[in-house]
Amino acid sequence: MTARDDILGKVRAALGRTTPAQSTAGQSTAGQAVQSGSPPLPEYANDTIVPARGQGSPAECVVRFVEMAAEASVTLDRVAAAHDVPGAVAAFLTRENLPQSLVMSPDTGLDALPWATTDLDIRRGAARDGDAVSLTPTVCGIAETGTLMVRSGPATPYTLNFLPDTHIAVLYADDIIGSYEDAWARMRPNGETGPDLPRFVTLITGPSRSSDIERTVTIGVHGPCNLHVVLVGRAAGETG
Amino acid sequence: MSQTHLNSLKFGDNTARARADANLQAALEKLQRDTRKGRPVITGRLPEFEALRDRAVAIKNHTLAHLDQYLETFESNLTAAGGQMHWCRDAGEARAAILDICRDAGARTVGKGKSMVSEEIALNDHLIENGLEVVETDLGEYILQLREETPSHLVMPAIHLKKEQVADTFRSFHTELDPDRPLDEPAALTEEARHKLREKFLAADVGITGANMLVAETGSVVVVTNEGNGDLTQTLPRVHIVIATLEKVVPTITDALTVLRVLARSATGQEITCYSTFSTGPRRAGDLDGPDEFHLVLLDNGRTDLLGGDFHEVLRCIRCGACQSACPVYGAAGGHAYGGVYGGPIGAVLMPALNGIEKAWTLPEASSFCGNCEAVCPMRIPLPGLMRKWREIAHTRKLNKSRPRWGIAIWAWTARRPSLYRVAARIGIGALRLLGGRRGTLRSLPFAGGWTGERDLPAPEGGTFVDRWQKERARTGDRA
Repeated sequence: MTARDDILGKVRAALGRTTPAQSTAGQSTAGQAVQSGSPPLPEYANDTIVPARGQGSPAECVVRFVEMAAEASVTLDRVAAAHDVPGAVAAFLTRENLPQSLVMSPDTGLDALPWATTDLDIRRGAARDGDAVSLTPTVCGIAETGTLMVRSGPATPYTLNFLPDTHIAVLYADDIIGSYEDAWARMRPNGETGPDLPRFVTLITGPSRSSDIERTVTIGVHGPCNLHVVLVGRAAGETG
Repeated sequence: MSQTHLNSLKFGDNTARARADANLQAALEKLQRDTRKGRPVITGRLPEFEALRDRAVAIKNHTLAHLDQYLETFESNLTAAGGQMHWCRDAGEARAAILDICRDAGARTVGKGKSMVSEEIALNDHLIENGLEVVETDLGEYILQLREETPSHLVMPAIHLKKEQVADTFRSFHTELDPDRPLDEPAALTEEARHKLREKFLAADVGITGANMLVAETGSVVVVTNEGNGDLTQTLPRVHIVIATLEKVVPTITDALTVLRVLARSATGQEITCYSTFSTGPRRAGDLDGPDEFHLVLLDNGRTDLLGGDFHEVLRCIRCGACQSACPVYGAAGGHAYGGVYGGPIGAVLMPALNGIEKAWTLPEASSFCGNCEAVCPMRIPLPGLMRKWREIAHTRKLNKSRPRWGIAIWAWTARRPSLYRVAARIGIGALRLLGGRRGTLRSLPFAGGWTGERDLPAPEGGTFVDRWQKERARTGDRA
């Protein structure tokens, strides 16, 4: 008997479930599932609890996202349109006394931006030790807690979110949604599972931190010390 | 069988030492103060918090009731995504499986994210004995590794240390740095750890993490960290191994999101941790980074013995540590006093389960049943009730001390004879009032030194309840 059989057997026995060896063909009492059956849907299955702050109009979501992200020590620049992004990035680096160079996700959306209008020295690909600044796209922004959803993929190497000291994320206002559930719906519109998901789907809320020493929060442990969002455009219904 | 070197029977001695340790007491006091202040703030900001707790309980209950099916679904999706599952019955099988994976990978250095299960199975020592370098990457765990200490809290492993102690440790070990460098503030210590550990992240051949949850629907593993060490550990090396016990399963992504909403708020008082990472199998074709191999070591180690039994509810635990932070006993004794991997209220229930009540009966005794733990547990685990069950078992098996056994036996004998009981109570009340004298309090009492050592006992006023009841009924002429 393999360890797998042993463990599953013990689980079934503990739950008072029949084992494959004991169940007779075609015999299955309602409510008592046998080995290859699916569990019954729980009664809460279609009643997800989404907090109020994970809901709202697109404009409300943008406002809340900006507020919550600031609480999480994210810095943020708003630009009117995509073609303003390179300039905003260059300006940010100047303000922060960082060199005008970065490593970028080889993403077609980012590639299409007018980087030539700046003096930025850009490498495309995965991050390496010593990279100071990375620039990545995002799947979406989550208003509930000022969170970014990012994913791995051929165009979005995962190390860009973690190795460099400063991570700049480009987020479109139209991609700001309310809740974690909304974000996952964006991520897998057809309910993809297993191999159809990326290796990594991650919710990022602020730069890295620790409170392991005397519960004092320190920013910049292992992951980036700075998370900067360039927020592009306006959501439907935003005024001003 | 779980860990070796269990020291739970020495809880009394351990606590006495802990009480004398000024550094530890200061650290624990800060933890309690911060927790007491922080919890109402963070939970108050989310009106749906209680509803989410209830839902999380329902999710876990449902999952446990169908655990075999969800484990099979998880395995099927994990495998479809290119991951490999290793089912392990006990600590020995898990250690062997992990070592084999490391050997097959030709690994020399292993990076580790924080994993209490890896502590449970004493993984690090096993790998080190077999020639591997093991580096803890979580800041707290890294500090403890240098100091050769074990974690004292589920989510804040080094909470028992003061920053001066951490500074001393860094000066002793990071000898290539300027010995006069200032290390007064946590920020400086953190900066130093960041640089030291960066080399290790990059050198690791294998990364081992735990899992906060296993999502059956997608075959994903959820790891949450604030530091990003979990992510670096599972991205940079060629091989990623997850060690997880089987009760970590949740059915769907949506279920996982519900649990995430109560997890960080209960654990650290944050809205959410910095990084909540869902990993599904190894890197995909075309990915520029990520591990080539993904292994999930699924461990039983006594969980199936709890399933469907008297202690079934403890399997809902999501290892948030809220019970530890809220417990006045933990807050006085610290995690190490409990003598094993899990301390505080969760330890009091889990340690006897994993190691045998005869090795850990002192832990369920170490409670006043104030109920703080149950009040803050996001999974509403009835910890005091479960501790009481262990006490009954310990009592039946005569594991506890003979004096309280005699005390209970005498009381029970008397209580079964109500008239005798009342006579004894009247005598007792009279004696206590006498001893209390004019002050009306007793500074000391025979056989109760442990209690009266720190408190005055108010002397009883009036007679027994039954006497007063009968007097009152006679007075009002009420004959029910």
